[in-house]
Amino acid sequence: MHIVELITGTINSLCQPSLLFTAAVIVFFLVLFKWRSKFAEVRTIIWIEVLMAAFIAVSMLHPTFRDIVTKPDNVPIVGMLFLIAFFTWLAVSKMVKNDDRIAAGQDVENKKEAKELVFTWPDLVFSEFLCSIAVWVGLVVWSILLKAPLEEPANPVETPNPSKAPWYFLGLQEMLVYYDPWLAGVVFPGLIIVGLILVPYIDINPKGNGYFTFNERKFSITSFLFGFLILWILLIVYGTFLRGPNWNFFGPYEVWDIHKLEVLKNVNLSEYIYREFRLLGGKMPENVLVREFFGFVAVIGYFVGGIWLLQNKLLKEFYEKLGKARFYILAFLVLSMASLPIKMFLRWTINLKYIVAIPEAFFNI
Amino acid sequence: MANQFIESITSSQAWKSIFRHGAPNNPKNRVLVVLMNVFLHLHPIRMKKSGVRMSFTWCMGGITFFLFLVETITGVLLMFYYRPTADYAYADIIALREHVPIGIMREIHRWGAHAMVISVWLHMFRVFLTGSYKPPREFNWGIGVILLVLTLLLSFTGYLLPWDQLAIWAITVGSNMARATPFAGNEGPGAALINSLMGFEVIHAGSDARFALLAGRLVGEATLLRFYVLHCIFIPLAAAVLMAIHFWRVRKDGGISGPL
Repeated sequence: MHIVELITGTINSLCQPSLLFTAAVIVFFLVLFKWRSKFAEVRTIIWIEVLMAAFIAVSMLHPTFRDIVTKPDNVPIVGMLFLIAFFTWLAVSKMVKNDDRIAAGQDVENKKEAKELVFTWPDLVFSEFLCSIAVWVGLVVWSILLKAPLEEPANPVETPNPSKAPWYFLGLQEMLVYYDPWLAGVVFPGLIIVGLILVPYIDINPKGNGYFTFNERKFSITSFLFGFLILWILLIVYGTFLRGPNWNFFGPYEVWDIHKLEVLKNVNLSEYIYREFRLLGGKMPENVLVREFFGFVAVIGYFVGGIWLLQNKLLKEFYEKLGKARFYILAFLVLSMASLPIKMFLRWTINLKYIVAIPEAFFNI
Repeated sequence: MANQFIESITSSQAWKSIFRHGAPNNPKNRVLVVLMNVFLHLHPIRMKKSGVRMSFTWCMGGITFFLFLVETITGVLLMFYYRPTADYAYADIIALREHVPIGIMREIHRWGAHAMVISVWLHMFRVFLTGSYKPPREFNWGIGVILLVLTLLLSFTGYLLPWDQLAIWAITVGSNMARATPFAGNEGPGAALINSLMGFEVIHAGSDARFALLAGRLVGEATLLRFYVLHCIFIPLAAAVLMAIHFWRVRKDGGISGPL
């Protein structure tokens, strides 16, 4: 029994955002840049899927874990994780295969077939038909096995704790830990939609059109996968499985105790400057704009400095190829996206709450 | 004997009036079957062999469309039994669960919705990773992004309809964000600025973006009706129009992408 508690306790603490998220980011870059061809092997995905299944199967013995994972609306998310692991592997393995062919001066996969025409009937209609039947059968079996959830009748005075948005928005809800609603709930979703629509007009690299490749479009593939796998899917996993009452963090085997206290030790940048560093003798200035001056400098400096850095150092080639308009939009979107992990990191290391904190005007960054 | 029977059916006036050509077992009839059928003619007559490869397309767009059809049909069936009012909604869902024989329609509808969200994400995932948004398909990618957002909104509006605790609180949490919309939400940055510029309270809890979304200050009966109409009529129609454009443009932009 002692051993079990030791293991579950260790896993609980390893799942903390500061550890698991950081580890996921490191693994993400290692897989994509160092271990790509190892990852692309068939046995890798078999191992990943088997280990995921084994982890879940064994963990089901634990009542807390079982309760959360078998909540009807959470079951599809578990299924989705298996699918996403598989399709990420499939895409990467095809990228590796094509990149090897390109390096050897050969045609990419399906190149000859792209010049060959077949009749839609029966070639396409047949697979569509089979696909529909498979999906339909799967859906019916799933519907027989698992009842759709139905809780108590709606009661506007009894707020459940935790209150969660539908599962596909839980990444955004998780973002609320680090950013205020106007950013996490309005500006960032807006930027995601606009940014996605703009992708084809910003990414003018003519290569990699219609086939899997990594080497020919490293930047676009890396940013998309980072956004989708880390900032969207991983945050949904956090929001769904690892956030309990009061949106506190709970490990996968930790009972959702409504009385769990988290020490609120988060500090605004202005408080750091005026209280900790005792600028003006430890007193906060009355004027809001004076108080938050350093915060504004930090935010503007992040974007101006970031754009300068991308333009002159990190993405110099892009600046020359894309031209000014495209490049500045790209730089703004990239910096906005990067601001989330940066803010997370600042929260975990120096407990930074807001960089600019004007709660009087609901303007917190 | 059997052949004679089939022959007598396929040569009848009724059969010929429906199917204008013979069985699609020769090139001519394979062209005609796609050309003459309103549903099949969403497809081109012939296509690149690379485009029928499931290992390339993952069939995710097709699955998403199929799930949309499943949702439409099961949704219509559910509408027969469901009344979108605070008094009846929850009771109707209970009745669907308890009294309808082989009642898995709501299950199919709900799990189909979840599956559709997942399949549309995976569709975008595949399209991005194969660079299929690149010219000449830039515009269609944009349509696709909007369709993805509509899929999420369809699911979001449907989430409220069972009118249970799960439903109203998920929608409450989800729509609380609108309160913080810059300049348009009463707890958003810029609202105080607008109010002081105008000299009276323009943006308040009874007039802001969240109020417009919920038709009230709280998730209530007016919200239920609003979400029901959006869920059953407006968003599906908008999605259907955009899907027509999406599929049409797949054809017009050179079919399913492939190595050039």
